[in-house]
Amino acid sequence: MIIDRRDVSHGPMLLRQMLLIRRFEEKAAELYTLGKIRGFLHLYIGEEAVAVGAMQALTAEDRIVATYREHGQALARGIPAGALMAEMYGKANGCSRGHGGSMHFFDAARRFYGGHAIVGGGLPVAVGLGLADRLRSLASITACFFGDGAVAEGEFHESLNLAALWTLPVLFLCENNLYAMGTELTRHQAQPDIRRKADAYAMPSEAVDGMDVLAVEEAARRAADHVRKGRGPFLLELRTYRFRAHSTADPELYRTREEVAEWRQRDPIALFTARLRAAGTLTPEALTALEASVEAEIDEAVRVAEAGPWEPVEDLTRDVYTTPWAR
Amino acid sequence: MGKMSYRDAIRSALREALRDDPRVFLMGEDVGRYGGSFKVTYGLLEEFGPERVRDTPLSENTFLGAGIGAALGGMRPVVEIMTVNFSLLALDQIVNNAATLRHMSGGQLSVPLVVRMTTGGGRQLAAQHSHSLEGWFAHIPGIKIVVPAVAADARGLVLAALRDPDPVFIFEHATLYPVEGEVDEQAGPAEIGRALVRREGDAVSLITYGGTLGKTLQAADELAVGGIEAEVVDLRSLRPLDTETVLASVARTHRAVVVDEGWRTCSFAAEVSARIMEGGFYSLDAPVARVCSAEVPMPYAKHMEDAALPQVPAIVSAVKGLLTDHG
Repeated sequence: MIIDRRDVSHGPMLLRQMLLIRRFEEKAAELYTLGKIRGFLHLYIGEEAVAVGAMQALTAEDRIVATYREHGQALARGIPAGALMAEMYGKANGCSRGHGGSMHFFDAARRFYGGHAIVGGGLPVAVGLGLADRLRSLASITACFFGDGAVAEGEFHESLNLAALWTLPVLFLCENNLYAMGTELTRHQAQPDIRRKADAYAMPSEAVDGMDVLAVEEAARRAADHVRKGRGPFLLELRTYRFRAHSTADPELYRTREEVAEWRQRDPIALFTARLRAAGTLTPEALTALEASVEAEIDEAVRVAEAGPWEPVEDLTRDVYTTPWAR
Repeated sequence: MGKMSYRDAIRSALREALRDDPRVFLMGEDVGRYGGSFKVTYGLLEEFGPERVRDTPLSENTFLGAGIGAALGGMRPVVEIMTVNFSLLALDQIVNNAATLRHMSGGQLSVPLVVRMTTGGGRQLAAQHSHSLEGWFAHIPGIKIVVPAVAADARGLVLAALRDPDPVFIFEHATLYPVEGEVDEQAGPAEIGRALVRREGDAVSLITYGGTLGKTLQAADELAVGGIEAEVVDLRSLRPLDTETVLASVARTHRAVVVDEGWRTCSFAAEVSARIMEGGFYSLDAPVARVCSAEVPMPYAKHMEDAALPQVPAIVSAVKGLLTDHG
């Protein structure tokens, strides 16, 4: 389906989702400094348009595989913020019962297959989900998010090849934020034009401005449409930027403040807010109300996390296997 | 009942599964048109077609991961990795995904995946095609490791693996494929996690599995000529490990020799030995002995390879050593 990019009637919904991700992560960063959240915390701030735009192209039956920087995808998929916050607290009411933390969100009912923290490790799984749907003649497609760092992994190349060879319904979504942790794309790729790597696998591809939520949505719908029609996989490269450090452990020695400041000029939320205001789709009052409702949702998420129970230690080895053995 | 080779017994189980369960499909390198590199899957492509018997590219990590994804997506994939040596290329998917997804997702996901691979030396294939690494895999919680030593178990354990809700890895010693045994094609699945006493005796327990069962039984026959009746325990499954059967045997014989084709250091034999020490220390009349492979990359030359692998005389001599030094 080709959407009319001048139509921004659903704009406030997109803006709200992006804002929810932004505020959720700002709160998570704050809670991290308070010691409520531990482990690694990889923030998505700056990349919100990618998850929100891409998710518009997916149905409830479609499947999603994401990375360890997946707060945005999980929220955009509709997993309750409270279940995600509780997961980061390590609580039993977390979306993975406190077993995964920030890097491993799962929600089987919403077909959200993780939260994969080995770079490139999610791609083969996505290929297999696509294969299952093909073999079962189901109409769903699998959307697989990964970063520019994954492009250097063998699993990326093997997965694109296999998905294309078998004409599988997989939408590969490369979130190119220019840095594989601290290594800039041009320092690890002989061919930094990621989109073109699909050519080697006879797979169609496109690159899009990942700071423009409508551009992402439009491109994702086009790509998903291709996959849904049984024409095989598609590689969509979303050019974006992470405003925050790679993780809470990153001193950011590899990029300049000027570069970050320059990209912040293209903040997807600020840009889209201005656009909706200019189009008359969003009044100042509506924006205030929207922000208040996001704040309330975040407050509720923190309340859910704080109130959540700890998993009993007796359950430590539960679910290592479906049924434990006696011997 | 009838005589059947180990190879044909596996094929019999795979054919039955493909016939009875539309979710079952096979994939791996040369499983289809070539007929399987060890001819295990010979004829199945013609019988079940290319959608269910899928030749893959040489991308072990990705087709193993695709098996995980397909299992998550409702299928019952049987992935063949040509040899255990190549499984090293798939370790990321095995260790980080197959073994973790159930627990890491808080019990939401199940990975009913079956992986078959050839293991072991003895065919003059030198250092990169002769590994016995099933003991390594047995280290990992979340997966099950079975090691059929006879044709009937080869069939029964494949059927059991296909009924198991968790990932099961089947290690098939390459020297066993042509070996014939009694197989009941009406028999259902074997029990995963149950060891069997293959030969009764009262002087010593010889504990082994897979490719070294034959040599161990031969050693027991030689010992019997000299009046030493050895009991032979076939583990059949390394994880879960049937400690109960092992300890019951040692309680009868008071001596144990563990025979394992893996390298001695950190071998599976070390685990068995530790369990005997933990659970059967006071029934022992002598220290547990181990017969393992020499700690060298496998040499090509026949006489050197023979010297590196556990052999009948070494087993006999280990038993005699126990009886002489601690008689």
